Amino acid sequence: MDHFTPISAAIGGMLIGLSAVMLWLGIGRIAGISGILGYLPTAGAGDRAWRVAFLFGLIVAPLVYRAAGGVMPPMAVTSSSAYLIPGGLLVGFGTRLGSGCTSGHAVCGIARFSRRSQVATLIFMVCGFATVCITRHLLGG
Amino acid sequence: MSRTLVALVAGLLFGLGLMVSQMVSPAKVLGFLDLTGDWDPSLIFVILGALLVAAAGYRLGALRGAPVYASAYSAPGRGSIDRRLMIGAVLFGIGWGLVGYCPGPVLASVALGNSTALLFLVWMLVGMIAFRGFEWLISRREPKT
Repeated sequence: MDHFTPISAAIGGMLIGLSAVMLWLGIGRIAGISGILGYLPTAGAGDRAWRVAFLFGLIVAPLVYRAAGGVMPPMAVTSSSAYLIPGGLLVGFGTRLGSGCTSGHAVCGIARFSRRSQVATLIFMVCGFATVCITRHLLGG
Repeated sequence: MSRTLVALVAGLLFGLGLMVSQMVSPAKVLGFLDLTGDWDPSLIFVILGALLVAAAGYRLGALRGAPVYASAYSAPGRGSIDRRLMIGAVLFGIGWGLVGYCPGPVLASVALGNSTALLFLVWMLVGMIAFRGFEWLISRREPKT
């Protein structure tokens, strides 16, 4: 298991946790990416700027990281290109229907001891495991 | 202004966390989801690290009456575990397993010129817009209570 990187994973995770704490203690918001993005078009004038700012920070962070000399992780998509469109559609629709993604449910929700988030996280993890099991080991792609 | 600045820094921290933890890498994420293959448990450590800090922060928030730059916390409602939540999580889980992208990592991948990530992002946005259409249809069929 030479690909297992617990230390950098935990440090990166803490940075994500710090982001969630900053957003909560600073402006009282949950750092759930799908929600921040999904509510952007319907957000009122006073509710829009912070969403844009957060998303901008998230988008440019890798450029900052690279400029600072950070070690770049492998970023290429490895699964079949046939999965891109259904994958995108399912992630977009599913996170809105289920009111959250990995950040909103698995990090912020569980940290707030939300039952809904615990159940959602369990379900999307199990479905993720099952999907990879099927696409990788049964279909071989 | 300070609200915007707080959000900007929080977004930066989030993105840096994704880079440091390598969670921007679909291969890394799929390695975690590949339970029956050459399993890579790193993602668990990302979530545990994040949970540790976030739980402490939320606890601190409970002690403080209100956020620094807002009048109140905007907590999501503690609703019931309904069909929407469960079906949504199923659909998201399948999409996540197909490519290895969830919303944060895909957003953090486009600035580096990753055109495959951009394509995924576009279809993810289409999925989100389709959800708006779905909600509109539902609201027409059954008047909201």
